[in-house]
Amino acid sequence: MEQSWQQLLSASFLLALLSSCVRMAMPLLLAGLGETFAERSGILNIGIEGTMLMGAMAGFVGSRLTGNPWLGLCCGILAGVLMALLHAFLTITVVADQVVSGLSVNILGLGLSTLAFRAFFGLSGQTVKAPGFDPLLIPGLSQLPVIGPILFRQQVLVYIGLLLVPIAYFVLFRTTFGQQVTAVGEDPRAAESMGVDALRSRYACVLVGGATAGMAGVFLSLGELRGFSELMVAGRGFIAVAVVMFGRWNPVGALLAALLFGFVDALQLHLQAFSITSIPPQVLQGLPYLVTILAVVSGVGRGFIPSALCVPYRRGQ
Amino acid sequence: MADAELVMLKMEGICKRFPGVVANNGVNLDVRAGEVHALLGENGAGKTTLMSVLCGLYHPDAGSIIWKGHPVRFASPRQAAALGIGMVHQDFKLIQRMTVAENMMLGRQTRGPYFDLREAARMVERVSADFGLPIDPRTPVRQLSAGMQQRVAILKVLAGSPDLVIFDEPTSVLTPQEAESLFKMMRSLVASGKSICFITHKLEEVMSIATRVTVLRDGRVIDTLETRQTNPRELARLMVGREVLFTIQKTPCAPGEAALGVQHLTTAGAPGQVALRDLSLEVRQGEILGIAGISGNGQNELAEAIAGLRPVLSGSIKIGGFDTTHWRAEKITDLGVAYIPDKVRQNAVFLDLDLTHNTIAKSHRGAPLAPHGIFRMRVIDGHVRRLLTQYRVRAPSPRTLAKQLSGGNLQRLVLARESSRAPQLIIAANPTAGLDVGATEYVRTQLLEERDRGRAVLLISADLDELLALSDRIAVLCSGRIVGMVAAADADLEEIGLMMGGARAAEQPCA
Amino acid sequence: MTDPESGQVPAEPAARAQDPSWVHAHHVADAVLRALGSLGMALSAIVAAIVVAGGIIALLGINPIEAFRAFFVGSLGSKNGIAEVLVRATPLALAGLGVTVAFRAGVWNIGAEGQIFLGALGAALVGIYAPPLPQPLHLLLVLAGGFAGGALWGGLAGFLKARFDANEIIITIMLNYLGILLVSFLVTGPLKDSSGLIPQPQTVPLPASAILPKLIPATRAHTGALLALLVAFLVWFLLKRTTLGYTLRSAGANPDAARHIGINVKRAVIIAMLISGGLAGLAGANEVSGVQHYLTQDISSGYGYLSIAVALFGGLEPLGVILASLFFGMVLVGSESMQRAVSVPVYMVYIIEGLIIVSMLLRQLAWRRSK
Repeated sequence: MEQSWQQLLSASFLLALLSSCVRMAMPLLLAGLGETFAERSGILNIGIEGTMLMGAMAGFVGSRLTGNPWLGLCCGILAGVLMALLHAFLTITVVADQVVSGLSVNILGLGLSTLAFRAFFGLSGQTVKAPGFDPLLIPGLSQLPVIGPILFRQQVLVYIGLLLVPIAYFVLFRTTFGQQVTAVGEDPRAAESMGVDALRSRYACVLVGGATAGMAGVFLSLGELRGFSELMVAGRGFIAVAVVMFGRWNPVGALLAALLFGFVDALQLHLQAFSITSIPPQVLQGLPYLVTILAVVSGVGRGFIPSALCVPYRRGQ
Repeated sequence: MADAELVMLKMEGICKRFPGVVANNGVNLDVRAGEVHALLGENGAGKTTLMSVLCGLYHPDAGSIIWKGHPVRFASPRQAAALGIGMVHQDFKLIQRMTVAENMMLGRQTRGPYFDLREAARMVERVSADFGLPIDPRTPVRQLSAGMQQRVAILKVLAGSPDLVIFDEPTSVLTPQEAESLFKMMRSLVASGKSICFITHKLEEVMSIATRVTVLRDGRVIDTLETRQTNPRELARLMVGREVLFTIQKTPCAPGEAALGVQHLTTAGAPGQVALRDLSLEVRQGEILGIAGISGNGQNELAEAIAGLRPVLSGSIKIGGFDTTHWRAEKITDLGVAYIPDKVRQNAVFLDLDLTHNTIAKSHRGAPLAPHGIFRMRVIDGHVRRLLTQYRVRAPSPRTLAKQLSGGNLQRLVLARESSRAPQLIIAANPTAGLDVGATEYVRTQLLEERDRGRAVLLISADLDELLALSDRIAVLCSGRIVGMVAAADADLEEIGLMMGGARAAEQPCA
Repeated sequence: MTDPESGQVPAEPAARAQDPSWVHAHHVADAVLRALGSLGMALSAIVAAIVVAGGIIALLGINPIEAFRAFFVGSLGSKNGIAEVLVRATPLALAGLGVTVAFRAGVWNIGAEGQIFLGALGAALVGIYAPPLPQPLHLLLVLAGGFAGGALWGGLAGFLKARFDANEIIITIMLNYLGILLVSFLVTGPLKDSSGLIPQPQTVPLPASAILPKLIPATRAHTGALLALLVAFLVWFLLKRTTLGYTLRSAGANPDAARHIGINVKRAVIIAMLISGGLAGLAGANEVSGVQHYLTQDISSGYGYLSIAVALFGGLEPLGVILASLFFGMVLVGSESMQRAVSVPVYMVYIIEGLIIVSMLLRQLAWRRSK
């Protein structure tokens, strides 16, 4: 059905768009916040994609089996931490190549998650349902004009994600742990000579990254998409790595970057529903990926890259 | 002065092994209260390893440390610092991107998890006032000169109120004047009751500042002497194990035509900055022109511009009569220019590839090794073996990976591949950095031989003694300009030091 | 030439250097020893993966012995099985060789999947829309079209990396999604076979002159396998015996040193990505011309990502890549056989793949510890 451009610019469309923008930004934000910590400590984890998938699966299965989405969330976080533990062990203790390790985590995540899902629910085509997170209206605030519908009628995980931003900022810039993480990501040898345990800081950060990636996966399977399929992450894990870079390795920057990418994702989704001038759906679907490429090429964040990122570090020379 | 006979530290039978090398082999050392104890030895003798064991960075495989009368075992540098031992490393080990205050606070025991920047700044101001070493706590470390960064490293150690301060090669990045102020500070530290242990390979420093000196060679202690009872020649003999020639016999310089002419050269450095400004110099055939200066004043940019690796903004470069200002690096190499860059392991060799690959570098295009872009394996193999033998590179086979070679052998390999192309101009940047005495002598002899063959040599070095010994003329580089040019025979060390530090040019100070 | 360091010059190496047969034998012995070492590492990785996979199968309530029997019988136990292994191995080998060239040049090309799609597109376009031509020439052009399509996609990423210093991992992965979407758009739109007989969107079939001849009659195996062998030799020759290969390997091993010896590292990156993408494009051409005979939306189902594992498992050496591609081809066919026989889900293949890489990385730890 053809719609007119006027309807496109109507208030209701824009409100819906912005509300979706916040929603679609959440997986990127959650995964991006954790990955910010990991990369700040010097470890690149491109295995977030597979980790998110594992989190999505574990969250869904956990919620279905216990009937409680919160327990599902815990399962998802646990799954994320376990995947991250593998990556951390390979990159920090074995000092293997970080890119290869991340790739293998992705592959394992894809295989394990789909295998486990089929093991629990069989190969049948029927759709499996699990209790998820419904939008939670904040009393009072959700009635506000404009920002009410956009910010305060979201699911719980959105509120958690938004709250994590100032928390992450505080931890990173105002605590000893955060300063140590930054030091380790710049020069682990110098940091260790000052008494910082670089390996422990890195493990902590990578595991935090896994936990939030797991949360991001749960957001997809129990919040946004309500289900599980091996295609559901659709590259968001890799876009999250771009979010970290575009956000200059800063939690607030990650929020802004996630909102930008979320906006593009929301835009293509809503425009598809409109079928304006028969833009082929593939073009719209490709927008987020194209914007990611532009973001990476733009060079934003290049001056802020942690100096020791992706550089193998072995203690004691 | 405190009781000069009181022994603060005793290290007994320290052994430390790394894969393939025994760095410390049963080392004994004692340091008394209020003394300056020098640890002398050539590169690779084990001095830094020993001190790293002492300050808690390494665990010894055997042996014991007795500190203030009690046996101790340090699990980490933090523990050693808590007990009163602090180390100022050769590379300072500071986080470049963070401020002075943040660096000072890192690793210190804080009351809670909260990181208070104002408290950190106050602490910096307190400590710097206590020791008379002013510094601004809010400056990012990477904006500081080498001398100032060293000051931060020293303050960081002093803030822990240590009883023993270890310095590792502290003068390697300082001008002669800055080194003198450092020694003055050391003397005042000692006067206030601290002990100092300092690692060096420079004999004059030992004689001028140390009370006693322990000489290490090949991981063992050769002897411990009072400095007033010895002399540089004896120390050198102990350090190297044989008589060392102090002056290299140099034939008088008989320079020919200009092989290299640089006129009003201006190039960029880091983005947005100019590295070389209006720089002019000339190197003639059969002479060695030394470039003195604190590192970071344009040395790398100068070498790269001449070699064609850095674009020129204005000015000209002429090599062998050709205007090579905007030539590509490959063309300049083919013209006969050899470039041995600074930091060989990083910039000149491929550690993960084999010796064959490394040796044919720069000769890998065209005849005779690769006509039409396809390698002739038999020819290459013969060429490589011949070179490795001729230049005595010690390695099992050409298939050995470069990373398994020692620093000296790697430098031989680089010299082999550069010299064998019969260049008319050789640019060498810090060619003996980190090498032991034998390898250093070899490299210097090679450079002199090239000069005697009528080639032009541009020698860039942070080691003034090396420049004085090898060069025919010395130019001083400061802030991207040549601020002075002297004949080596007439060179005055102090004058050069002042030029390096920028005192002789109406310019911003260097580094 | 004075050498104060030591007195003696060992006489042997100088004499040996003159003897060409000794030199040659030394080369061969070295190569064999190195190959055996790599083989040992590969075998132990496989064993580890089998053990863990067997454990997972048991957890699913299936008898591992039965499962593995189905695995081996299905893949190697019949002419058809072996033919299928070749069919699967060929694109893996071609794309894996492409990945090898890129990784050796220091470029993380994760975009083989998208490059396969673009190569398939290029091959299909040439196959369908070229004027009538004799088969050898048409085939050659089809393959060239495939190479060109993949090279375009890979070269784009290489250009972005060289010109903007952008992270090629993200860019190549994003280009994967974009490449798949592009082909999907074309196959469901402008290029769609609208004769209405086939429900699934696909292009018109390629003419017979554009189809790779069969290798083993009455099976799906086609001469693409021979192409893969030829390409493996060419890649080996390029990397080890040419100046260009030297340039690429130098740029990958140490960009700083490469720059200092006059190599234009940015140009090397672009060339590496052109070749790498082109080889992956050949894999796509292979699928269109040899297997499917038309272009579909799912012309490749994960071959691109699998080929990275193939390249890594093959030690980034052409011979290793061929062997690894055969092994992974066997795993793919065997997994399907396992699913049919005892209902082990096909996704086991990803687990095996991941486990192999993980155990390879762990081997690094053991190997380093032993030094």
